[in-house]
Amino acid sequence: MDIPYTVDARPDTGMYNAKLGIWLFLASEVMLFGALFSSYILLRVAAPEWPRGASILSVPLATLNTMLLISSSVTMVMSWASLKMKKFGAYRVYLGLTLLFGLGFLIVKSFEYGAKFSHHLYPGDSTFMAIYFTLTGLHVLHVLGGMIVNAYLWGPGAKMWKTAPEQFTNRVEVAGLYWHFVDLVWIFLFPVLYLL
Amino acid sequence: MSDSHTHDVSKHVRSYVLVFAALAVLTIVTVWVASFEFTVGAAVAVALIIATFKGSLVASFFMHLVSEKKAIYWLLALTAIFFVVLIFLPLGAMLDHQGTPNVP
Repeated sequence: MDIPYTVDARPDTGMYNAKLGIWLFLASEVMLFGALFSSYILLRVAAPEWPRGASILSVPLATLNTMLLISSSVTMVMSWASLKMKKFGAYRVYLGLTLLFGLGFLIVKSFEYGAKFSHHLYPGDSTFMAIYFTLTGLHVLHVLGGMIVNAYLWGPGAKMWKTAPEQFTNRVEVAGLYWHFVDLVWIFLFPVLYLL
Repeated sequence: MSDSHTHDVSKHVRSYVLVFAALAVLTIVTVWVASFEFTVGAAVAVALIIATFKGSLVASFFMHLVSEKKAIYWLLALTAIFFVVLIFLPLGAMLDHQGTPNVP
């Protein structure tokens, strides 16, 4: 049995099913990160003193990571636009770049974590470090998850372009919506943890 | 895919590049502004205003919210309401009890 509305818009929602699905998932993600941001605010307001992020964390590395993620976001959307323009080669290049930028983000993050551990700074050391590792750790897991999906769409999953190009384009759009959300979360994490 | 559709997408490509440039510049502005000696309240306000603007650019253009279906707008409006409750309700409850002794 065919899965309905993978390409055509459902009459009642006006869009294909996966798009509504990913937006519902992203709504739940907003609440997940929202709960942690709310915890951050409560912990900070209740703390007698709170360190400035820049005094413990590396702002240059975090700025580099911000640049890497926004670069990955633009290449992600360009990969989808390439499919819309039927340029499969360009799609592969842009999605490949997205994967490389994502990998770059993870490498920089691992250097950051490594530097903290070498200075014996662990989640249990202070409330600031606990919330820092919780928020960035959850975000890193999201980056990793997005990269696994993107790698599949770049590699074996790309076979679908030959058999069902419109459905494949929609898959890339859905993966892109998730990836942009991960970028969006970092846009808020960066000033909140590193600069304030 | 029609030629007009392809032309529409190629027009969007230009806006994606412009949004990327704006995001890069705003990231540098965020770091630069953080070096000013603001009070904590002012620093939080400035940083969050810039972050919100950057976030809106990503959501509007990369996530295509500028031209999305009504069902998505309703879904996001509902999410925004619950998000605000999630952020401010615990904070309000805590501030309500600030200064009162912790009696079991």
